[in-house]
This record gives sequence, C-alpha cells and structure tokens, in this order.
Amino acid sequence: MTRKGAGRWSARGRLRGWGGVTGMAAACAMTAALTLLPLSHGGAEVLGGDAAGPGTAQAVQITADNCTDPEASLPPSSGSGPNIEKIKKRGKLIAGVDQNSFSWGYRNPAAGEGKDKLEGFDIDLVRAIAENILGDRDAVIFRAIPTNQRIAALENEKVDVVVRTMTINCSRLKQVSFSTAYFQAGQQVLAPKDSTITGFDKSLTGKRVCTAEGSTAYEALEKQSFGAVFKDPHDGTEADEDQLTVPNQLDCLVRLQLGEVDAVVTDNALAAGQTAQDPAVELKGGKPFTTEYYGVAAKLGADDLVARVNQVLVDYRRGGANSRWMQSYQRWLEDGLPGMKSPPAPKYRSN
Amino acid sequence: MTYPPSVHTAPEHERAQPPVAATVPAPSQRGVLSVTADKVRAAATTEPGRLQIIGAVLALLVVAFGAVTAFEIADRASAADDVVGRSQPLSADAAAIYRSLADADTAAASGFLAGAQEPRDVHDRYEKDIREASRLLVKAAANTDASTKSGQEITTLNEQLPRYTGLIERARAGNRQGLPLGGAYIRYANQQMSKVLLPAAERLYAAETGRLGEDSDSARAWPFFSLGLGVVALTGLVWAQRRNYRRTNRVFNHGLLVATAASTVLLLWLAVGHTVARAELHAADVNGQQSLDVLNHARIDSLKARANENLTLVARGAVLTADGRNDKYETDYNTNMKALGEELRRAGKLADDDQGSGPVAKAVDAVSEWQGRHRTARSADDGGDYEGALTLIIGPKDSTGESFERVDDALKQALAHEQGEFTRAAKNGQGALGGLPTGAAALAALAAVAAIVGVNRRLSEYR
Repeated sequence: MTRKGAGRWSARGRLRGWGGVTGMAAACAMTAALTLLPLSHGGAEVLGGDAAGPGTAQAVQITADNCTDPEASLPPSSGSGPNIEKIKKRGKLIAGVDQNSFSWGYRNPAAGEGKDKLEGFDIDLVRAIAENILGDRDAVIFRAIPTNQRIAALENEKVDVVVRTMTINCSRLKQVSFSTAYFQAGQQVLAPKDSTITGFDKSLTGKRVCTAEGSTAYEALEKQSFGAVFKDPHDGTEADEDQLTVPNQLDCLVRLQLGEVDAVVTDNALAAGQTAQDPAVELKGGKPFTTEYYGVAAKLGADDLVARVNQVLVDYRRGGANSRWMQSYQRWLEDGLPGMKSPPAPKYRSN
Repeated sequence: MTYPPSVHTAPEHERAQPPVAATVPAPSQRGVLSVTADKVRAAATTEPGRLQIIGAVLALLVVAFGAVTAFEIADRASAADDVVGRSQPLSADAAAIYRSLADADTAAASGFLAGAQEPRDVHDRYEKDIREASRLLVKAAANTDASTKSGQEITTLNEQLPRYTGLIERARAGNRQGLPLGGAYIRYANQQMSKVLLPAAERLYAAETGRLGEDSDSARAWPFFSLGLGVVALTGLVWAQRRNYRRTNRVFNHGLLVATAASTVLLLWLAVGHTVARAELHAADVNGQQSLDVLNHARIDSLKARANENLTLVARGAVLTADGRNDKYETDYNTNMKALGEELRRAGKLADDDQGSGPVAKAVDAVSEWQGRHRTARSADDGGDYEGALTLIIGPKDSTGESFERVDDALKQALAHEQGEFTRAAKNGQGALGGLPTGAAALAALAAVAAIVGVNRRLSEYR
C-alpha cells in the first residue's frame, strides 16, 4: 500500500503543471496501468476507488472485505455434498464452456462424424471433472455461454461449473466461487502486423478497440483507454450494435479482419488462438500488461463442488512433466504459448 | 345587356305554342347562349332555330358522355392492367426476394451444422437462393424509380447482399480449415441478414403490396362522371323526343331513337362492365391477394423458425435474450412458430375452395409434426445428447428438417393455387373493361350523328 501510494503522489506532482482534475485522474489511471495492474487486482482497485467515478464505488467495498489473495481457494476434498449429489443424481455434469476459443474450447467442424466436436484445454479439464465425479469422462452436457453470461448462468443454475478461460478476481468472487488457479494469463493487444499500434499504450489513441462484453479486457479499457474508442453507442440495450463490444472475443477477430476495428484487447491465451487462425495479426507490446489466473467457477457457496474440483486439479497437476495438465498443455497450447514448464501452484485459504 | 330581349321573346312563344314543354328548354338554352349569345338568341326566337339548338346540345351531350367514358375507363383499365401486369408481379417478386434471402440464411446455418464438408444439396440450395434474389433485385430495380421508398430498399439490398455472401464465403473457408472463426463469421452473417437485409426485404414487400392495393383501388373506383353524363344525355334525348311527340304527334323520330339506343347501350355497357370488373378485382383481392399475403408471411415465418432452430444448435446457448434468461434462438423459434400457426389459421379461413384449403391443411399437419419433433430434439440436446439432437434436426429421415420441407412444399402449393386464383380473377376484371373505351367512342359518335340526323329530319319539315 505504501509503495503504491508513493507512486501516485509522484505522478500527481509531475502533472500538476497541466492543471485540472481530468489530468490528475488520467495520471492516476496511467500510474495504475504502469505500476499496479501487473500486481494483483486487489491493489489496482485501491487506486480505482481513489480515482473516483460511479463505477469504482463497488470496487472499494470489495477491498474492504480483505480480498488480497483472490486466487486462494478451498482446500481439496473428495467428499460429497448437496451439489455433488445433484450432479450424481442427474448422471451428467452440466458445464458452461466456450465453443469459439481456439485451443481452449471450440467446435471443430472438421472433427469426424458422430463425435462431439468440442475440443480444447478447457474441454479436457471438464472431462476430467466429470470422470472424477461420475466415473465417465463423456457424462457432460456442454453449454456454450457468452462471456458476459458466465456469472448469470451459474446464478440461474443453468450450469454446474464454468470452465471458460474465466479470470479469478475480487469482484467476481462476490458472485461466484472459484477453484484454485489452473492457468496464468494476461491481457494483451492484438493488431495486424503492419499496424502502427505498439501495445497497450498511447498508440491506441483514436483507434477502435474491440473487446468481449463483460471481459476483464473491457474492464481494463474502462480504467485506462488511451483515448481509444471501445464502446458501442447502445451497449446493453436491445439496439446494441455489437461492433466494438461483442459476445465473444473471436467475434473481435471477425471485425478486425473486416477492418471494422483496429485492435483487439483480450487474454494472451485467447489471443494466441486468434493468431493461430490468422497469420496476418500478432500480439503487440512484448508481454501481457496484466497477470490473471483462470479458475473453474461454481455457484457462490457450492463449497463441496469447489473442493472437489480442487481435488481434480491436484490430480491433474501431479506428475511433473508427464502430468495430465502438461499433456493437455502440449496438445493444445504449447504452439501458441510456448515456454510453460508447469501449472501455476495452487493457493489455499484457511477458512 | 343581352338578357332582356330573350326574356321578353320567350313568353310570346309560349302563347303561340303549347305551354307545357316551353318552360323546360329555357334554362338549357341559356347555357348555350353564353357561348354564341347573339346568334343563338336570334335563333331561339323561332322553332327551327330552337330545333337546331336542341340538336347541337344533344350531340354535344352524347359526345361528352362518350369522351368522358373513354377517358375514365381507359384510366380504370390501365390501373387494372397495372394490377395484373405490374404491381402484383412486383409484389410477388418482392415476396420471392424476401423468401430467397431467408432461405439462404437457413441453408447457410444448416450447412455449417453439417460440418466441414457442406452437403451438396444444402450448398446448391444456398446458391440457388442467392441467384434468385440477385435476379429479382435486378428486375425490381428496372421496374422501380430509384428515388421511391421501394427504390431505396432495393438499393440497400443490392449493396448489402454481396457483403452477406462475402461473410458466408469467409465462414466456409474457416470451416474447411476446422477453425472456430468460421462459426463466428456465420453468426456475423446472420446478424447482417436479420438486422439489415431481411428488414429491408420486408419493407420492400410491404411497399409493393401497398402499391398493388392502390392500383386495385383506383381500378375499382366508380366512374361517376361517365355515369352522370350518361344519365344526363339519355334524359336529354328522352325529353327531346317527348317534346317532338307533343308538338307533332309523331311517336318515333328514327334518328333520336338510334341515338337513344346507342346511348343506352353505352350506359349499360359502362355500368355492367365496370361492375363486373369491380367484382372480379374485389374477388382477386379477397380470394387471391389476401391469401397470398398471409401465405407469403407464413412461408417466411416458417423459414425464420427453421433458421432459428438451426442457430440454436450452432450457438449452443452462446446467444441469450436481452434479459439473459433464455436462449435467443429458441425464443425466436417459438415466436416464429406462433406467428406461423396464426397465419395458417387465417389462410385456412381465407381459402375458398378445396384446392386452396387442402395444402393449408397439409401445412398445418406438417407444422404440428415439426413441433413434436422439435420438442424431442430439444429434450435430447438438453439431456446432453448434442449429436442426437443434431440428427433429429438436420438428419435425412424423421427430422424437423423433413417436416419443415413438408411445410414449405405445402405452402408453395397453396401459394401457386392462390396466385392462379388471383391472376384469373384479375384478368377477368381487366377483360371486363376491354373494348369499352373504343366502344364508348364509336357509340357516342353514332349517337351524336343519329341525333343530328333526327333533328335535321324534323327541321326539314320547315323548309
């Protein structure tokens, strides 16, 4: 806290010459982007609260709940509970997944006849959970859900778990329960190779930037947009244009290819899937400007299920270079995201 | 001025002649007086002069009757020609454009569901729909003023259709390579279709159908001036003969008789011909056009329902309604099916014969079969059997696709029948007015000549 505070003050000092509250707010936000976002979200939201504005009031409350380590989850357990019993009684696990994220969860139109064509790293994990609970890796009902419906789908009990490149963070922890982290990713800018855009920086000024509705990428732009255009005039209404904010990150690649947007902000893990589908685009700015962890989400308070999923993840990580996690990584992700030697280490909380 | 002398002379004559008829001609003479006042005033003082005036007035009345009839009926006939040869075909074409576009979108979604290798027949169907839509758009553009509402819609469609097909081709390319990007393009193409192209096609259809209604109304408008002038001309002829009879005790004047007969024939022809045309055009509207309109909407709703049914499986729950509670495509499917049911019920009521109601009944059967199969497919999908649901929806046998084809075939049959009904009735209506403008001119000329001859004959007795 102290260090962050100091950073903020020095930024204000530099910018006092501009005068005006706007300049100061921008300075705060820029400091956040440069110094805080690579750290945990808890830290970033302290500053978000300070920068004022209606959207940040909620963030202050969350910090007040001591959300310092959102990735810490319940200890693993093979025990049962009401949520596990419900799944067993049904005989099927209902999983909310994506069918548009190449290598994560996607429908492979070229897959053979009679096969379920959903494939990817997330899909493998769903099958491992089904195998653990029901003894059958195929006992799954896959529901494709849009990015902004992941939480609603859990709250309305449309799905048991969401395994869909979902970032664990403090604000979401108010609404759903997360497993331990199963992947480390970060936000990055994607643009055509010959674009003047160099990364998440001033080169975005005046550019049209596409994100998925309800994604952490959109939240990052709300905090700091560098003057980029990233909102549709009728977002959140029936007349939504779905041009700059879209149901799925892959829809952004469609708009990018058609020249309707200039850049895409999304997780590097998903962006790697986009570059794999279009060699004319690339990730900009070297490395991600945030660090995020993906977790399996369950309904808030479904502790038996979360503990069980954590147990599945323990088994999934076990075995070093030959673990199932590594096997799945090598099969789906290594080409686009090379260099990972192991899954992120799990963190557990005591209560 | 000029009036006092003529007012003075009239009573003098009333004393000399039988008084009964004399009061009547005075006003009609006055009307003519205003044209060639002096000459007529002089002529009106003598019986031969009056006869000359009467002859001229009768001839003028009859010629006016013929001319106005020819003019008004030519107008009605050209409106009827427009109904048969122009606005109804344009309305039918607009419906075909709308249908082709909806069908192309359905085929694209079906092809995507089938996997990387699109089935040949689905591909052909898509190609045929796009060809049909393009061809009809060119035709519609040639028949429409670009500045009108319809012209603007046609421009929108012409601009957006290549864009749509471009998106579909990109989707195909992605699909072939096994990339999920293909699916994203399919959804984007569908968004373009349902937000831009289909609404424009629907507005075009509404505009063209509106124009058809206007043409039909103007063809059916009563020719009041013709009928009124006909009655006036006949009254004039009868009055002249009655005057003649009173003054000479001669029962018949051949010329005037022929003129009366010709005018009567023309008036009857006009009244009967137009009444028949009205009745037939009304029948074309009620028995044909109203059914066609309902059936066109039914067919398009069935296509939309089918596209949404396919998209339910394409999206797999990825697109929800605005409140986030239900699957958007399933909700839209239910809305389309409800509209379809309602339209089929109305089409059943409007169908006036077995040939019309038969296909509609078949369509109703097929729709209930479709809905039953859809429920089975939905419960399979909800139960986790995606592949099973897929087979139930796009499979070759016992699938909702098969039921949809049955609905479509039945509606196609019903549309063909109603189109036949419309064209037959409208052509009858058009035919009822045929020859009337020419006939009116000929009969009026005959009547005018006969009237003059008749009056001259009487006039010759004074020489």
